[in-house]
Amino acid sequence: MALDRWIALVLLGICIVYGYTAWFTMDGSLAPFMRRNPIWPSTFPKVLSIIGIVASLVILLGLEKGEEKIGDIDHRRLGDYFIGQALFLLGLMVVYALCLRPLGFVFSTSAFLIIGSFILGERKWHVMVPVALIATGAVWYLVQEVLGIFLRPLPFFMGV
Amino acid sequence: MLEGILIGLQTALSLQNLLVVIGGCLIGTFIGMLPGLGPMSIIAIMIPVAITMGDPSAALILLAGVYYGAIFGGSTSSILLNAPGVAGTVASSFDGYPMARQGKAGKALTIAAISSFAGGTIGAILLMIFAPMLSSVALLFHSAEYFALMVVGLSAIAAFAGPGQVTKAVMMTVLGLIMATVGEGALFNMPRFTAGIMDLQSGFGFITLAMAMFALPEAVFLVLKPKNLGDDGGEIKDLRITRAEARAIAPVIGRQSIQGFFIGVLPGAGATIASFLGYAVERNIAPKDEQDEFGKGSIKGLAAPETANNAACTGSFVPLLTLGIPGSGTTAILLGALIALNVTPGPRLMVDEPQIFWAVIMSMFIGNLVLLILNLPLIPYIAKLLAIPRNYLIPFILFFTLMGAYIGQNNATELLILVGFGVCGIALKFANFPLPPLLIGFILGGMMEDNFSRSMQLYGGVSFILERPMTLGLLVVAAGLIILPILRARKAR
Repeated sequence: MALDRWIALVLLGICIVYGYTAWFTMDGSLAPFMRRNPIWPSTFPKVLSIIGIVASLVILLGLEKGEEKIGDIDHRRLGDYFIGQALFLLGLMVVYALCLRPLGFVFSTSAFLIIGSFILGERKWHVMVPVALIATGAVWYLVQEVLGIFLRPLPFFMGV
Repeated sequence: MLEGILIGLQTALSLQNLLVVIGGCLIGTFIGMLPGLGPMSIIAIMIPVAITMGDPSAALILLAGVYYGAIFGGSTSSILLNAPGVAGTVASSFDGYPMARQGKAGKALTIAAISSFAGGTIGAILLMIFAPMLSSVALLFHSAEYFALMVVGLSAIAAFAGPGQVTKAVMMTVLGLIMATVGEGALFNMPRFTAGIMDLQSGFGFITLAMAMFALPEAVFLVLKPKNLGDDGGEIKDLRITRAEARAIAPVIGRQSIQGFFIGVLPGAGATIASFLGYAVERNIAPKDEQDEFGKGSIKGLAAPETANNAACTGSFVPLLTLGIPGSGTTAILLGALIALNVTPGPRLMVDEPQIFWAVIMSMFIGNLVLLILNLPLIPYIAKLLAIPRNYLIPFILFFTLMGAYIGQNNATELLILVGFGVCGIALKFANFPLPPLLIGFILGGMMEDNFSRSMQLYGGVSFILERPMTLGLLVVAAGLIILPILRARKAR
């Protein structure tokens, strides 16, 4: 089955769960005065769930005529591309999200930029490290000191 | 009026105020490039500086400069990195980013700068002439008309519904609308579809979604299939617009300046709707062969939203200056600044303090001009950003993507949501689902539901569609914008 049909199947599931919530669970907790309104909080979601289910079924069953188009990247041959680098970078983003608060902005961001470049094949440490440190310092100064948006610079065990 | 214009010019052209407007434009442009910091946040940040200046005219001139600079800065990140930091510049990335990928970043930025200048300047002329008259017309627009306007804005998705793609575009729009219903709505005051998760109480963040659907998949695609965006190094910083291109975008700029201005006058409509509407209208009235170019790097597709959002920003000053009603978040903050400066906007402002009223309008002209003069020479250098080697550029794009979401919400969970949505965005892109309709649906969905619900409650049903001629007219226009291209395509086949 083509990828777009798999995605349509997932979207169909989402629309069914969404529709079930809208049609069968939302109205129960509605205050009596709201029941007299011509429109309820569930009205718009109910309509959307129906359109969503119909649209995902049309894609799933292949009812719309059109050629299968392969975009810039053929997902069936992912091995031919730099899939490892992409996965490592996505993983690095998750690690960055988890470390930003406990390890502080300066360390997390410098490490993110250096490791990110390393994953992509850069080995010029004498360029990578200063670039990452200068960029981190500049962004921290701009956001925290100039704009006044708090970004904890240091790890939690070194104070604020 | 002539006397007022002279007073305004005298105030705005003093050396101090000229320096203030130049500084404001530069600050706005550079901070506006950071995803997550739109005009509203930048103006809010600059208010203490403006207040300490003491002189209300100078303070407002500074804020106007920051405002225009921030809008242009936001367009830059949309065009170069496909990372729209504010909703008003989302439509600019539809054609601006494809142009940048084709090695025409310099040209795209020049078109954006010129369109913004023209939109802002024509808007200021219209503001000068029509301000008092329009303020009363704007109040005729009720929730029913706003709902119809959103429907017209939604017709912009037609640009992404190519052959065999119509259902996918509809599906993505519905998904965006579904996501807009998550959280506590303004009208119903009860949480919906939050599954008891506190972080979802206020719904999904716009910036998180924009970064996840636009910037992140693009960056990952650049990793998968390496291609330096600056490969066409000779052309990337080329600013030149050919005579044919200038001739093609001139009518677009003219139309969208007027349309964008009038949309901006309506309280609550603003730059976002103006830009989507401008994009939809220009695509639908374009000849068939040019229509196919929309979404793939059309100069008209870039000029339309850029002109419209700037003209709308100027238009939003009409209710602010003449009625004291802030029509958008940004003008609400400006209203706060005015009050802090002991200036009360409203019908009496023009009579009681003409030097302030006219200085603000004149500063719009000067701000736009200064922005153009400052930015045109900088464009080659800004465009050169794309020539940074991929090994350095991609980690920076990913970092700014994350920062955009983090600054907006100050919540690390938002970053995990961003990565999660980003992975979904990548999968959707692999399967050729168009992503812009999702964002269009998400942005317009909340406003559309609120206005629809308000109208239903006022009229006790859907009778408002027939009872309000303006609503009916707008809905007919929306239907036309969707149906006509389909009929035209069928006929061509």
